[in-house]
Amino acid sequence: MPSMTPFGFTHRSRRGAEAFLLVLALAVGIGAYLYVDLGVRGEFPPNAWLYSGWLVLLVLAAHVTIRLVAPYADPVLLPVAAALNGLGMAEIHRLDLAAGEDSAVAERQLLWMTVGIVLFIATLVFLRDHRVLQRYTYTCGLGAVVLLLLPMLPVIGQEINGARIWIHIGPLSFQPGEIAKILLVIAFAGYLVLHRDALALAGRRVLFVDLPRGRDLGPLLLMFGLAMLILVGQKDLGSSLLFFGIFVIMLYVATERPGWLIVSGSLFVAGLATIYALATYVPAIGKYMAHVKTRIDIWLHPFSYYGEGTTDAGRQLVEAMYGMAWGGLIGRGFGEGQPWRISYANSDMIIAAIGEELGLTAVIAILVCYGLFVERGLKAALISRDDFGKLLATGLAFVVGLQVFVIVGGILRLIPLTGLTTPFMSAGGSSLVANWVIVALLLRVSDQARRPLPDLQPTETPDDAATQVVKL
Amino acid sequence: MSELTLFLVRIGFLAILWIFVLSAISVVRTDMFGARLPAAERAGKSGKKAKQPKAAKPRKGAPTQVMVVEGANTGERADLAQAPIIIGRGTDAAIRLDDDYVSTRHARIAASGEDWFVEDLGSTNGTYVGTVRITQPTTITTGVQVRIGKTILELRK
Repeated sequence: MPSMTPFGFTHRSRRGAEAFLLVLALAVGIGAYLYVDLGVRGEFPPNAWLYSGWLVLLVLAAHVTIRLVAPYADPVLLPVAAALNGLGMAEIHRLDLAAGEDSAVAERQLLWMTVGIVLFIATLVFLRDHRVLQRYTYTCGLGAVVLLLLPMLPVIGQEINGARIWIHIGPLSFQPGEIAKILLVIAFAGYLVLHRDALALAGRRVLFVDLPRGRDLGPLLLMFGLAMLILVGQKDLGSSLLFFGIFVIMLYVATERPGWLIVSGSLFVAGLATIYALATYVPAIGKYMAHVKTRIDIWLHPFSYYGEGTTDAGRQLVEAMYGMAWGGLIGRGFGEGQPWRISYANSDMIIAAIGEELGLTAVIAILVCYGLFVERGLKAALISRDDFGKLLATGLAFVVGLQVFVIVGGILRLIPLTGLTTPFMSAGGSSLVANWVIVALLLRVSDQARRPLPDLQPTETPDDAATQVVKL
Repeated sequence: MSELTLFLVRIGFLAILWIFVLSAISVVRTDMFGARLPAAERAGKSGKKAKQPKAAKPRKGAPTQVMVVEGANTGERADLAQAPIIIGRGTDAAIRLDDDYVSTRHARIAASGEDWFVEDLGSTNGTYVGTVRITQPTTITTGVQVRIGKTILELRK
């Protein structure tokens, strides 16, 4: 009989370690909040107890839920998410104080965090086995496409700040793309589990690289088309890059073939180059794609778009760079910087605002936290015992990782700046709620993977030759 | 609020932030190693259950083990808490008998409520309770002799 636990290894449940890390995470979140008021106004905030109590309650509820329904889940994911969420809210609160009395983005963010935690708990309680999601592969895929196309509809779709990614129903505005990214990961995972053999094995070899067959390119081209549609129709380079990137990475993980990365990478770059060329030389068609050209130009020459006598389109990026340079190694301290000079400092540019007032030290800590988050997600994928769980966890971890790369890379001028939220930190309800659901799904996969195997002692094996009754 | 205080608060906050990050990393580090299994469990693991469900406290006078009283393996015993117990020559049997007249998976002892049963698993030479060859699960109590090949087993307290 094979040993139940290979190499005598069983995972511990580690709930105590999680509780310890949560205490530290709360110290980070609440400490940052108190420090903001101390630095900006010179006194503790009047609602300090209410805010701290609320945060403790939310974290406690999440922790107790994990203890009850996912006792073997990963101990690091929840504390990291909670710390980033708390730190983000403190920075949003700091910008609220700078904006004036009636600005209450941080309060709204706390409410969204509450919604996020409620959905987190609901996901863990109602989804006891992630493999159930595999049944809804195509439903999820269809739902994701519909959600992605919704903002292009005339009445409910809404263009804010040049990107058409919001829908507006009554008083509520919402970014359907945030939910769509989760559905897309589920759909890709379910699809690739079934079809990866065909995608992995067939193909021809060119220069040490296995290139896929032409006829297998269908799904890739479909996703490429969707990404380009988002890019042109919604004017959103960030989401486009995110969705296409998730698909390509999951394809690569499922098939272990770098050929896919090369094909799709060149496809995307070629698409971007075409759009850039069209926008430059063919104004008639190019005017629909001008935003892409602008972004790339600002990335290459930010100072040509800053100051008087220019369009001033590069102001956001240049102010962010000034801010971070002014912040230096340990930052100016809350209240000593001027993060409000950066536009959208509390959503897209929150890393730059933190870089100014807490310095490189805090930015690196935040990046390490994201690194840990992705690492724990990939670890859950590695030890998961079913292929669907592996792909699901990989995809979800990469959603967060890629999003951080795209936005932080944009702020640091590594790649063109595109509007994506910084997971858990940026002000914005849809993104925060979606990210908490991602945490819940990752915890569910890791709980299934780390749980000790049940004792399956077969009591009868009918094919035991020596004891079979020979019937004549 | 003096500048020095604010400076110290800033350093303090950055320290808390990094203490959190380093603690998270150290939890990741310790998580590489799983739980240590107790030594006894590890030693007795080959072929047996790694973990037994906690048995309810047995009633007074109820049998707690099955023991070989005659044959090549006299003295060998198995705890009834591990029920169902397989008896035979196979490696997965709880009591492994070196007896040529015993099949690989010969018989099974299992509980139903507070009664214990012995059940033949289709052996070649049969299982006997007393002198009767059994054809269906048969109740046994403490002291009843169960013969398998040249071996006799009994339930003991």
